[in-house]
Amino acid sequence: MISKRTAGERVFGLLNIVILSIVSLICIYPMLYILFASFSDPRLLIQHQGILFAPLGFTAKGYMLVLNNPNIGTGYYNTILYVAGGTFISMLLTCLGAYALSRKRVLLSKYIMILITITMFFSGGLIPFYLLIMKLGMINTRWAILLPGALSSWNLIIMRTSFAGIPDGLLESAKIDGANDFSILFRIVLPVSKAVISVMILFYAVGMWNSWFNAAIFLKKRSLFPIQLILREILILNDKSQMLQIKVVNPKDAGMYRMLVQYTTIIVATVPILLIYPFLQKYFVKGVFVGSLKG
Amino acid sequence: MVNNSGGRMNTVLRDIKVNRMIYLMVLPVVIWYIVFCYLPMYGSTIAFKDFKPGLGIINSPWIGFDNFIEFFRDIYFQRIVTNTVLLSVYDILWGFPAPIILALLLNEVRNRAFKSTVQTMTYLPYFVATVVVCGIIIDFTSTNGIINQMLSYLGAEKHNLLADKNLFRTIYIASSVWQGTGWGSIIYLAALANIDPQLYEASIIDGAGKWKQILHITLPGISSTIVILLILRMGSIMNVGFEKIILLYNPLTYETADVIATYVYRKGLIDFDYSYSSAIGLFNSVINLIFLLAANGISRKYSETSLW
Repeated sequence: MISKRTAGERVFGLLNIVILSIVSLICIYPMLYILFASFSDPRLLIQHQGILFAPLGFTAKGYMLVLNNPNIGTGYYNTILYVAGGTFISMLLTCLGAYALSRKRVLLSKYIMILITITMFFSGGLIPFYLLIMKLGMINTRWAILLPGALSSWNLIIMRTSFAGIPDGLLESAKIDGANDFSILFRIVLPVSKAVISVMILFYAVGMWNSWFNAAIFLKKRSLFPIQLILREILILNDKSQMLQIKVVNPKDAGMYRMLVQYTTIIVATVPILLIYPFLQKYFVKGVFVGSLKG
Repeated sequence: MVNNSGGRMNTVLRDIKVNRMIYLMVLPVVIWYIVFCYLPMYGSTIAFKDFKPGLGIINSPWIGFDNFIEFFRDIYFQRIVTNTVLLSVYDILWGFPAPIILALLLNEVRNRAFKSTVQTMTYLPYFVATVVVCGIIIDFTSTNGIINQMLSYLGAEKHNLLADKNLFRTIYIASSVWQGTGWGSIIYLAALANIDPQLYEASIIDGAGKWKQILHITLPGISSTIVILLILRMGSIMNVGFEKIILLYNPLTYETADVIATYVYRKGLIDFDYSYSSAIGLFNSVINLIFLLAANGISRKYSETSLW
């Protein structure tokens, strides 16, 4: 190794590992608890006091109840639609804007950047935003979920910085060969920017998957609800009619099963996201580069 | 003068012609910004009007600052401003240093596999949806929830923690720190990776210990990142995570939990008092902007680091 470590450094190193292990455990334990509880026998769970290290007993009954709840299915379907459609629109706009604004010798790009930057620090506020969506006739349509949040200035600027870092020679030679800007973007710029693109897709997709507020204020029709609104009814509003679409054998057990259903729904709605992000983790640094804010 | 501006106009037109493809690409983006960001800014003029949906924004009569004066006299004015500022200040106090400390600790880890495992685990809470986080909070803090179970071992009496107005801020801040610390550390890890390793080597030759290295090399190396992020944070001092509050608060805890944004939400979207709630929202935005500009100005003066 580079240098010998003193006794003090060794103690520090050990202590550091202990502290970081505890911090990591605190970060994941709440989800682990929910996971264990979702498989636990509700009768045992209700008597149990303190933390769980494994499911108490085993049952998949909660999952049966949740997966048979038609609202969960519709919510899931809508969410997948919003995530796929929303991410596509977001990425299309972000890539086009980022490429255009990363080109040098474009007279108005400085002013467009100012237009974009202002919105990061000042907004019209919730009520005028709501009135606008109403005026556009988007209330109770999927567009209210897909369009208003489509762009993030932060992501756009990160992407622009990344595109601006691509060597000019690469683009100039394509231009000499007669390629126009659209084909330069899609054939040259995007293929060499896979890392930043995958992080942006993750950011937009996770943002859309987890968002609920716009849906809560713009959607009244249940058939359009994303999964987060169904979750809100089950977890927050404690809407009993939502939880047990199927009759439990013994009505006395209803309360117990409601609890089980809450745990299970959390797992069903969260696991897809939690399975994806570790694979993109190594790219995260590229996605949060703050130096990009300048210039 | 006229000639000059005509000349500039011609230059712009020529540029649009030469770069028409570029402008075509950026056009949907510009339209999006105008529609979804600038139209609401224009719409916020209803703060100065007696807005009637039937009349529209243009035809509704101007009433000057009446809505703002009404807000300053509102019986809840003091409460929601105090709650907003306090939640934000506590959030900065706990939530701002936490990622820096985590990044510094992670930076000292030599074992790569351990480091990336810790990163994966600490990033996890960031990916959990707000609704789910609040669902977990409600479950854990309920009378028979896990937190009460553990507190009862210590002799505390079980009660619904979310119905206790003295605990709302603690719950809100603790869950924010839980959710944001790992994710927030990424940016500092990136800054730490950019510090020249030769500086450390030189300091070892000079006989500097770990603590001295952190104090004289590591912290100065990431100070500009810290300052930029602090300025940005100051610019949203009046923006608290109101989505989480809406999911967690109830009339029992309004006294400590109700903030400007949640009041705007109730006044505007539940009571339909559009002009009044827009005025409150605008007041909030302007205060934010003032804080941002002040923080940026102070920083530029004393540390040569600023947003622009």
